[in-house]
Amino acid sequence: MSMVQISNVRKAYAGGFEALKGASLDIHEGEILALLGPNGAGKTTLISTICGITQPTSGTITVGGHDVVTDYRGARSLVGLVPQEINLEPFERVINTVRFSRGLFGKPKDNALLERILRQLSLWDKRDNRIMELSGGMKRRVLIAKALAHEPRVLFLDEPTAGVDVELRRDMWDIVAGLKEAGVTIILTTHYIEEAEAIADRIGVINKGEILLVEEKTALMTRLGQKELRIELHEPAAELPASLADRGLRIEEGGQVLVYTYDTGQDRTGIATLIREISEAGLVLRDLQTRQNSLEDIFVGLVSKQEDAA
Amino acid sequence: MNWQAIRAIYVFEMARFFRTLLQSFVSPVISTSLYFVVFGAAIGSRIDQVEGVSYGAFIVPGLIMLSVMTQAISNASFGIYFPKFIGTIYELLSAPVNFLEIVLGYVGAAATKALFIGIVILGTSALFVDLTIQHPIAMLVFLVLTCLSFALFGFIIGIWAGNFEQLQLIPLLIVTPLVFLGGSFYSISMLPPVWQTISFFNPVVYLVSGFRWSFFGLADVPIGLSLLAIGGFTMLCLAIIWWIFKTGWRIRQ
Ligand SMILES: Nc1ncnc2c1ncn2[C@@H]1O[C@H](COP(=O)(O)OP(=O)(O)OP(=O)(O)O)[C@@H](O)[C@H]1O
Ligand SMILES: [Mg+2]
Repeated sequence: MSMVQISNVRKAYAGGFEALKGASLDIHEGEILALLGPNGAGKTTLISTICGITQPTSGTITVGGHDVVTDYRGARSLVGLVPQEINLEPFERVINTVRFSRGLFGKPKDNALLERILRQLSLWDKRDNRIMELSGGMKRRVLIAKALAHEPRVLFLDEPTAGVDVELRRDMWDIVAGLKEAGVTIILTTHYIEEAEAIADRIGVINKGEILLVEEKTALMTRLGQKELRIELHEPAAELPASLADRGLRIEEGGQVLVYTYDTGQDRTGIATLIREISEAGLVLRDLQTRQNSLEDIFVGLVSKQEDAA
Repeated sequence: MNWQAIRAIYVFEMARFFRTLLQSFVSPVISTSLYFVVFGAAIGSRIDQVEGVSYGAFIVPGLIMLSVMTQAISNASFGIYFPKFIGTIYELLSAPVNFLEIVLGYVGAAATKALFIGIVILGTSALFVDLTIQHPIAMLVFLVLTCLSFALFGFIIGIWAGNFEQLQLIPLLIVTPLVFLGGSFYSISMLPPVWQTISFFNPVVYLVSGFRWSFFGLADVPIGLSLLAIGGFTMLCLAIIWWIFKTGWRIRQ
């Protein structure tokens, strides 16, 4: 079932700049969707439009079946947002800002729940501190605590791990995994592709206000994934034997290694023939290695393809 | 109605007030005392009585009005401007609340603070002069309505303001002169006829007059007109705020 439905959403800012150019996207209940895209792609704009911070110029968005404009109460009460910027009142105490968030979303007081959330985010010891007394990473966790305080069914995390150390990033991933376990739908934006690879079920790529693709992470990786076969030779080959000239091999490490790139999606990878041809050409193999292309390569490929088309 | 949200906003805003309670309490006491020293003692020794009321007592309603109006405006305008300024407004905009709930929370808190200060001034005044309040209920109604309507007005200013200077601009350029010229410290009937006519275009005259009537039974304008003026002003502010939230003017892109 789809939890968030975005159809044909355009957003032009006051200056006339069109930050979303007809974005459509279905977000399934209970999934983790990672949105990747370069700076200025429109990730924050898309999230802001879903959450009610900006109004769509045209198109419709529903959350849990509630239209975000006409039935904003129904939609927004399901949604939690962790914004990209650290927007917090410096003089307030942690516990009060979190309590405020829960009340604002119409939920009755629940101190036990707030304690659980703050403990989980390692903020319990800091509950009576003022925001300005916290470190940057702690402030980011306060933002998460505020979003979780009203028990959202859909959680938007806009670059939750920007400026966060490695350990904390792992913690964050654990928290996200725990929320998914509890059935929360999670949408996160990130610039770290390994982050998307590590935790997302599906990956969307957005650039210049258009959603270029949304796919299951695994399917995406196999569909677009290319593999490299690295062939290490006993003796370096100064140049390729003529018989191998048109096999698209790349010579690396001064002739010690031959690199063959192939598509894992194809029926025939051509590896067997290649190996036979190599030994027929008189070269002796020492070792073989394969390497899967990372999402990063896919992502960069997609974005530059759009750039070429424009 | 999302009552929890109204309560959350109200409590959060009041907490800001309680953090600086001493300051909130001491400064009106001091300034009121100063007014009594300057106006009551210096001028009062020459004027003596206005329409049968001692000058010191006569200025009390105006004094309260002056503080209550400026406090209500500055509290409410700051209350909504600050989240806009530091970015925490994202949370209000993404919460399941309508304009009325936001307004009730912020304006309610700002009006409460102003009311508190009004009462502190009233209490301080009672130390300096003999005060009788002929119509205590009407007095309270006027006071509360003034707190509310000027807090609404302040809320609009807070949304409109793009920087801290603008936040001060309207109170400084419009409200303070209107209040000073609104008969806070004199009776309109003491003015030359031309100025009397001009004064009746000043909305504050109606408020001060009505409020003073509740103390001494004296009014520059009929009491019904005073009520109408403050009611009309409240409705106008509400209508503007409704429009602001409907169009997202200055808050939602
Ligand atoms: N309030 C605004 N007024 C005008 N233009 C805006 C506004 N907010 C964003 N934009 C423009 O919209 C485009 C998309 O911005 P957005 O913040 O959505 O990008 P993003 O994908 O979140 O980027 P980043 O990775 O840097 O956070 C940018 O070109 C930006 O300049
Ligand atoms: Mg962004």
